[in-house]
Amino acid sequence: METYLFYILAVVTVIGTLLAITEKHPVHAIVYLVTSFFSLAVIFFLLAAPLIAMFEVIIYAGAVMVLFMFVIMMLDLGRPDEATLPTLRQWLLPTFLGVIILVSIGSVAVSHYGAPSAVHEVSVKEFALILFQKYAVAIEIISMQLLFAVVGALYLGRRRTP
Amino acid sequence: MNYDPIDIALTLGKIALVFFVILTMAAYMVFAERKVLAWVQDRKGPNRVGPFGLLQPLADLIKLLTKEDFRPIGADKWLFYLAPAMAAIPAIMIFAVIPFGAPLTLFGHTVTLQVADLNVGLLLFMALSSIAVYGVALGGWASNSKYALLGSIRGLAQLISYELSMGLALVPVVMLARSFRLSDIVNAQSGCWFIVYQPLAFVIFLISIAAECKRIPFDLPEAEGELVAGFHTEYSGMRFGLFFVGEYINIIVLGGLAATFFLGGWHGPWLPPFVWFSGKVLAFAFLFIWVRGTLPRLRYDQLMHFGWKILTPLALINILVTGWWMVLRG
Repeated sequence: METYLFYILAVVTVIGTLLAITEKHPVHAIVYLVTSFFSLAVIFFLLAAPLIAMFEVIIYAGAVMVLFMFVIMMLDLGRPDEATLPTLRQWLLPTFLGVIILVSIGSVAVSHYGAPSAVHEVSVKEFALILFQKYAVAIEIISMQLLFAVVGALYLGRRRTP
Repeated sequence: MNYDPIDIALTLGKIALVFFVILTMAAYMVFAERKVLAWVQDRKGPNRVGPFGLLQPLADLIKLLTKEDFRPIGADKWLFYLAPAMAAIPAIMIFAVIPFGAPLTLFGHTVTLQVADLNVGLLLFMALSSIAVYGVALGGWASNSKYALLGSIRGLAQLISYELSMGLALVPVVMLARSFRLSDIVNAQSGCWFIVYQPLAFVIFLISIAAECKRIPFDLPEAEGELVAGFHTEYSGMRFGLFFVGEYINIIVLGGLAATFFLGGWHGPWLPPFVWFSGKVLAFAFLFIWVRGTLPRLRYDQLMHFGWKILTPLALINILVTGWWMVLRG
């Protein structure tokens, strides 16, 4: 049962992501990407990681994509149907990065790492303990970075007095 | 994993029950709102269809179903058709995690009166309410109309802002109950309701859910004086009906959550648990109707200032104070 569900969700995720890349209209692309995030969240749920599943929906589908949509709705899109394919120069860097990702996925697939076993469900308490005790310094550094980003955004968005 | 047929049947039964009760309640909420508003404004309200106008929701339903399903020129076809469902479905899905009564024993099985008792129940509520934003945003955008677009941009900004203070107001609840599981939160209040410890968080949560329901005084996305009907201006028939019913489902669900988080859920003396829970939900629903009958609408900048400069900092201070209080008390 779980296996069938996994394959259905995996197909939805992959197709949703591909359509999000190939779709020319930005709002449609967002809807496809949200679909893919949602099915990814259910896959996390099947892997006994409900907390990660919820974060996937709250942060990615619910916050990041909503902000993208907010910006896109405010912009004048012009004519997205007439967008052209990127040129060779624009393809170069994405292709290079894509090859790196594909090679790393391939090396993981070829070696004998099993899928994480879904027997033990990590509770919220265990997750929080690991996050705030073992990785406390890393968390602090990341939060400082986010704070810098907020201050930077405030600086850029300040009202300029003539 | 093993699947017990009786468990599956019970779960399906609970889902069917929740759907039936919520949709009926939503329909009668519309009726109740019209009656109470009429009473506030010294009118009679709907009183022609059936005794005391009680069959009015049925008449409304027939009217909505038989109306022409209209789509403006230049509208984005699929998103225009999808948006009402995206607004209504997350609202009703949230009810899955709300415990609406004490556990029963049926056929030798202990039945929790809750569709899914997840250990991340509170987060599921946050997740689904952030998904519900898409219905408003896409509905207004896909209509290809400036009133609808303005309404949906307002709606987006309002929902994002007030979701933040709503989430922050729930942090002290989780700290007190030490769990995201809604049944644990309810059980933690068997002695004393959380509203006693957290009156400020309760007020912040109440204001935020009024904004999440897009009700007066926060009904800027559909401000009829300036934006015709806001994000659902171009909708007609049952698609408009879905937006409309979605709003009332939202009132019921968020009222149920407020009762669960702060008023002890189904706990209460003498009366059976289910009665207590429905009583609390109906009290919240009445409060929302009452507020609609008495308050004017906020201005848009006032709404944003209130959310970001008053509610969110207050909620953060409240979390800090709660943390210190819990540490000092041990």
